[in-house]
This record gives sequence, C-alpha cells and structure tokens, in this order.
Amino acid sequence: MARIVVVTSGKGGVGKTTTSAAFASGLALRGHRTVVIDFDVGLRNLDLVLGCERRVVYDVVNVIHGEARLQQALIKDKHCENLYVLPTSQTRDKDALTQEGVAAIMEELRQDFDYIVCDSPAGIERGALMALYHADEAIVVTNPEVSSVRDSDRILGIIAARSRRAEAGQEPVKEHLLLTRYAPKRVQGGEMLSIDDVQELLRIPLLGVIPESESVLQASNQGIPAIHMKGTDVAAAYEDVVARFLGEDRPLRFTQPERTGFFKRLFGG
Amino acid sequence: MSLLDYFLGTRKKTASVAKERLQLILAHERAADAPDFLPALQAELLAVIGKYIPVDQDKIKVTMERRGDYEVLELNILFPDQH
Repeated sequence: MARIVVVTSGKGGVGKTTTSAAFASGLALRGHRTVVIDFDVGLRNLDLVLGCERRVVYDVVNVIHGEARLQQALIKDKHCENLYVLPTSQTRDKDALTQEGVAAIMEELRQDFDYIVCDSPAGIERGALMALYHADEAIVVTNPEVSSVRDSDRILGIIAARSRRAEAGQEPVKEHLLLTRYAPKRVQGGEMLSIDDVQELLRIPLLGVIPESESVLQASNQGIPAIHMKGTDVAAAYEDVVARFLGEDRPLRFTQPERTGFFKRLFGG
Repeated sequence: MSLLDYFLGTRKKTASVAKERLQLILAHERAADAPDFLPALQAELLAVIGKYIPVDQDKIKVTMERRGDYEVLELNILFPDQH
C-alpha cells in the first residue's frame, strides 16, 4: 500500500512543482515505485518540469471521466526507473476533479506504488483541497518571506480540518516544513527570516532547506528535475530531503553563508 | 550587510520586523479558526451569569488561542461597578 504525500503551500511560485518533481524523482532513485500527480487543472506544468510534455496523451481528467484507463494516462519518466507521471488537463477547469473520481484513482494507484506524490495547485480551492484530501503526509513548501509563511499557516489549518484523516478522526496528516529559496547571506544580514524564525512561527518539523540557486531555472529550462543537476547545491539539498523523509539522519547543509573576503565584507557586496 | 553598515547602524533588521508582524497576524488568524461553538458558548454563559449578576452582552468575551502544543480557552467577564 502506497503512502500518499501532498506537496502544498497555499501561495504560488514558492517551488511546489520543482519540489514535487525533485522529491518524486529522489524517491524513485532510491528504488521506490513512485507516481507523481499534477492537480493543477487548467495550468499544467509538472510535465514541463519533468520534460515529458510531448508525451502527454491522456490526463487525470480523462481517467476520471472514463475516457481513458489509468494505465494509458501514466507516463514513464525518462530520467529514472520507478517513476511515473500522471499529468493534469490543460483544457478543463478545476471542477473536472470529482471527489469520487480522485478517490478511485488513489485506490488503484495505491495497489501498484510505494509513494503517490500529489503536486497541489496554489490557493485553497478545489484542486488544492483534492490534492491534500487523501494525504498521509504533507510537505509544506515555504519561502522565508511574510506572505508565504502566512499562506503556509493557512494551508496547515486546512490540512488539520479538511483532510480525509481529519474527517475520519484518524491519526493526523504528518506535516513537514520545506524551506525553499533560502539565502543564508541575507539571513545573516538580518534581511531574511531564518530557519529558526520560520520554524518558530509554523511549529512543524523541518524536513529540509533548499538554497536559492540559479540551477533551478537551468533545470526547468531543460525539463530535468533539479535533483538530477549533479554537483549543484540544490540537487544535494533535495537528496538530503529524500533521505530524511525515508528516516535517515542528515545534517543541514547550505544554510550558512559562503565565506567572503575581507574587502567584500567591509564594503558590502 | 557590510561591516560599515554594522558600525554605522544604518540598516534596520527587516527580518525581525517580518517575524513580529507574522507572530501577531498568525495568532489572530489562528484564533479566528477557532471552533464555531464560541458564540453559542458566550451567549449561554451570559444567560447563566445574568441570572445572578447583571452583565452587559459586550462585557463578556470568550476566546480560544493556541499556545505551543495546547489550546487556551479564555473567559473574560467585566462586572458592573457595585454602586
């Protein structure tokens, strides 16, 4: 039986899809059969980030409406074994996701996979609620910035009140904080919320910190999940995230500023 | 921030401003998410207390707030002056 993990945030543009692609790829690289589902109906992007946009034939909405079988809609990732992608529809609207339809897909995928990663749309409407409803665990992607922290707090409240686990009175969804676009130098300068600040505000366990990096754009430009960008901080940070998620103890990296020269420190830079 | 900025104290630490603002707004919004029985609880408490002491509707406040791992139900009643 698969574990269902939602990647969510409330706010847009904080790195949900980047994280979904990298995290799902990381689980697959570790040998776990993984499927990643795009819940952003009408704004399909996970396919682009994973580089499979030209292989999309059927999508999750087709499956819900009985126009295609689940197996026909699943796309095998070209970067690693064990990873499949279930794209969303680019033409339908968010009401195309029905509660029963999503439940049936989850049930079928649960039999075949170890992990189901749900890439949530921004906002707190239907798509986002569908993405988090079945979750066993939630990765809350947060930037060290006021609006992102506030929206993360909001989505945490929704997970606690409106997920299947909450409704059924079961053990609550396991919540993880993932800080992205972290700039240690700006934190040191007192111009960006620190890891401790965000943790103190949101009060959920930290899964990892992804440093701000130009490699993320380089990766999405090419349709390669960031975890495959060998030798970059971002790839290493995502590998750590996956390892911690699987229960390994990994110290935080890339959270301290790189050492700069005396003159640069004296005059700023 | 450069050392010159540090010694001259020219730059304000905006991160701490952000943190303080968030602490306030999150506490407020979490309180707003409180269970919706609060208005009913307030009305019933008012009725009970009103049997013994005359209290104005707006002199009683019931709030619920999360503090760390526990929730605090706060009941505030302002009694009229004894004259």
